[in-house]
Amino acid sequence: MSIYGFLHRSALKQLPECLNEAGYRCIGPRVREGAVTFGELTSIDDLPRGVGDEQRPAHYRLGEREDERLFAWAVGPQGLKSWLFTPRETLWRSRRDDDGRLYFETGSPADDRPLAAIGVRACDLAALRLQDAHFLEREPDPGYRKRRAGLFLVAVDCTHPAETCFCHSTGDGPACESGFDLALHELDDGFIVHAGSEAGERVAARLPLLPVGEEQEAARRDQQRAAIDAQQRALPGRNLRDALFANLDHERWQAVAERCLSCANCTSVCPTCFCHSHEEVPDLDGRTSEHLRQWDSCFTEGHSYIHGIVIRAETPERYRQWLTHKLGSWHDQYGRSGCVGCGRCITWCPVGIDLTEEATVICAEAGDD
Amino acid sequence: MTDERKPRVAVHKFSSCDGCQLAFLNLGPDLLRLAELVEIVHFAEAGPSNPDADVDIAFIEGSVSTPDERERLRRIRAHSGFLVTIGACATSGGLQALRNLRDSESEWREAIYARPEYIDSLAHATAIREHARVDLELWGCPVDGRQVLAAVRALLFGVPPVEERDKVCLECKRHQTVCVMVARGEPCMGPVTRTGCGALCPRFGRDCYACYGPAEGANTTSLAHRFEGLGLAPEAVARRFHFIHSGQEPFTGAGNEAAGIIPGKAR
Amino acid sequence: MTDPYLPREAEILERVDEAGSIFSLRLALTDPRARADYAFAPGQFNMVYLFGVGEVPISVVRLRGEDADFAHTIRPVGRVTRAMAELRAGDRLGIRGPFGRGWPLELAEGGDVVVITGGLGCAPAVTVVHHVLANRERFGRLVIMQGVKHSDDLIWAEQYARWREAPDTRVLLAADQARPGWTGQQGLITTLFDQAEFDRGRATVMMCGPEPMMVASARRLVDDGVEAGRIWLSMERNMQCAAGHCGHCQFGPRFVCRDGPVFHYPEVAGLLGVRGF
Repeated sequence: MSIYGFLHRSALKQLPECLNEAGYRCIGPRVREGAVTFGELTSIDDLPRGVGDEQRPAHYRLGEREDERLFAWAVGPQGLKSWLFTPRETLWRSRRDDDGRLYFETGSPADDRPLAAIGVRACDLAALRLQDAHFLEREPDPGYRKRRAGLFLVAVDCTHPAETCFCHSTGDGPACESGFDLALHELDDGFIVHAGSEAGERVAARLPLLPVGEEQEAARRDQQRAAIDAQQRALPGRNLRDALFANLDHERWQAVAERCLSCANCTSVCPTCFCHSHEEVPDLDGRTSEHLRQWDSCFTEGHSYIHGIVIRAETPERYRQWLTHKLGSWHDQYGRSGCVGCGRCITWCPVGIDLTEEATVICAEAGDD
Repeated sequence: MTDERKPRVAVHKFSSCDGCQLAFLNLGPDLLRLAELVEIVHFAEAGPSNPDADVDIAFIEGSVSTPDERERLRRIRAHSGFLVTIGACATSGGLQALRNLRDSESEWREAIYARPEYIDSLAHATAIREHARVDLELWGCPVDGRQVLAAVRALLFGVPPVEERDKVCLECKRHQTVCVMVARGEPCMGPVTRTGCGALCPRFGRDCYACYGPAEGANTTSLAHRFEGLGLAPEAVARRFHFIHSGQEPFTGAGNEAAGIIPGKAR
Repeated sequence: MTDPYLPREAEILERVDEAGSIFSLRLALTDPRARADYAFAPGQFNMVYLFGVGEVPISVVRLRGEDADFAHTIRPVGRVTRAMAELRAGDRLGIRGPFGRGWPLELAEGGDVVVITGGLGCAPAVTVVHHVLANRERFGRLVIMQGVKHSDDLIWAEQYARWREAPDTRVLLAADQARPGWTGQQGLITTLFDQAEFDRGRATVMMCGPEPMMVASARRLVDDGVEAGRIWLSMERNMQCAAGHCGHCQFGPRFVCRDGPVFHYPEVAGLLGVRGF
């Protein structure tokens, strides 16, 4: 029987302490630049206490709450992605000696300590599974693998979805079902704690857990129900592949492109998008050089460039590539849609394009499933 | 440029504020390393003066605003192998191209100068490329030292420098900066602006003002519409697009459209 | 674990100027053990790194079809390949690879082989011809069809002349626009198909070239009774990591670098030739 108990609000501070003692570097949600983003946690006081959020297409604002809740907000612009699949990373360094001989060495990660992430939502756990499938199966990515290997996950059920959230329709939330070491469900006076792995059990065993009462169970069920009912958006189906590929000439691609800035904000905040470009950065003296990779996007011109030809020169083609991949060909590649319903692409699109709306229009006639 | 002698470099100034030359001078230790790799034969602001020397690489700051500059540019082009414009003025006409938008050149001259008869300027301030073949354009107000050095390094390797054409947003997100438009309602020009600055302004909490000019595939119509939605008056939207690069499409047209200017009539 | 991103140093043993601006570099990994272990299948590619400039995917071949080690035949079209045009014997490059899936040469054994190429020469397909000629008894007839836009674009005329002399081998050339004196066919490559004698039921077709040409050829072959499942083609997309990670080479659900570059026609038929993919 896995550990399951109630942690009083005042005792939560022991969680990062336990993790630090176990050798983890803790990250968690913090308010930075007007948004909840993941950052280094030095103590539980860094968490966004009494902070709420308001999200709608192209709009995000934080606000104050009347209570002491730490997790009463929906996901901010950044999930776990940037901590594992880093926005910029050196893949190798090369050196050329006076005889023209070349020497190569791998780029090494800056901090080798394993990471513990506190406050990961169900949508981001689902996204993590997809990033794992992409970066670890078949040809494992060395940097990603190293960072992922030590990762300890403290998940938190989502109790306050935003207007842009639709994880219930993708089947990925709002409650955390699996894929975590510890899961928390926040109530007014504390947290229901549930261990999901052996590493989680070891940490949970050191926390002053109390039995979970009937009332607490009922409150949890109510909150979970309310979090589902609060979601206003939905994708028109779990598998839109055939519907999308049957509509490659749909007039909506052109219509959405008139609004789309092709700016890559959606793909950058998307927790599953994996595209990146390589860049060569030689030192000025020409003796050493660095080969980097950095986040790229199917919305850039360079993404589809081959010797003088840009395959997706126009925005309709780029938007179509994104949507047909995200909601379509992901099914062939990784056995499910690439969308986990986090709604980030809707909130953080500067002009508020809503992929659930676009997908609904484009797939309207073809039906799905 | 693969022969033994050091490549020769010139830095020329046209109508400008000298800020891009300062970007050179501000390179610090890299400027000294650069001086070891190339021979800087003309750079008046830093000392060496030899404007008509034959060079392998010529950097040009500033726009063409006077008949004399037009003539000087012709000579420079004839003496230069690879010609690089640095900064907004040289690349699109810059701030001073604002005067092209109004048929007021003589009016301004009368109002500003005590002895306007000594001023001999062209009707329009224009980009270097309007007058001479340009091999590479480095944008920004001012230009970014990293891009200048990368261009020199590439040329020393005998390859054309990489042109950065993506939008500022992508770089902003790589820095994990929180979007100032979505989180604060700032009218940020990042989604239509060319990258290269490292998303400098948004990283310091302010909106991008497009000093790197238009990115590839810039959808100015949609962004202008969004700015209206954020509460900007039409003149304010026009100023966003016309501020630094009024001389560069699609910014010229986007600003004109917002301000209700019909091209040709206003000039 | 080996790092799929780390290049290994290779030395240029020989440079051969081919036709026009095209050149070949014969290379060997400088680490003796790596050199001995290096093996590739025709149709695979390497990521070739020029110090301080960048990496490009280039098909791996064997120079003259027989020399040891490996070679790359390069047409200077981009920033990196133009800079590579300056390279000489003794210069060093970085090599990652080989990557990807090559031609189905074993599957093709026992039947006729049809090689269809278009444009300015096609290194991946040249390796097929070399392989068949080197193992002549294992294959039936060899039909080589090459199409060019203009007769002046044909390069490697000598190579075609040499292949024409090979046993049981037919070489057919087509030029859309032909100069007087052109001995080949005038028209698109598909106009050659009627003259091509091969067993429509048992031949294996391998194609390489511009996509519109491959689409037209594949459709025509299927109309002529060739099973779609016996047609293979080599594709090109932007490739940066070669490990199926960077996402640039995606063609619908396929990663060209990992699932290709050689594809079975039915795998890609749906999107082939669709603008934007």
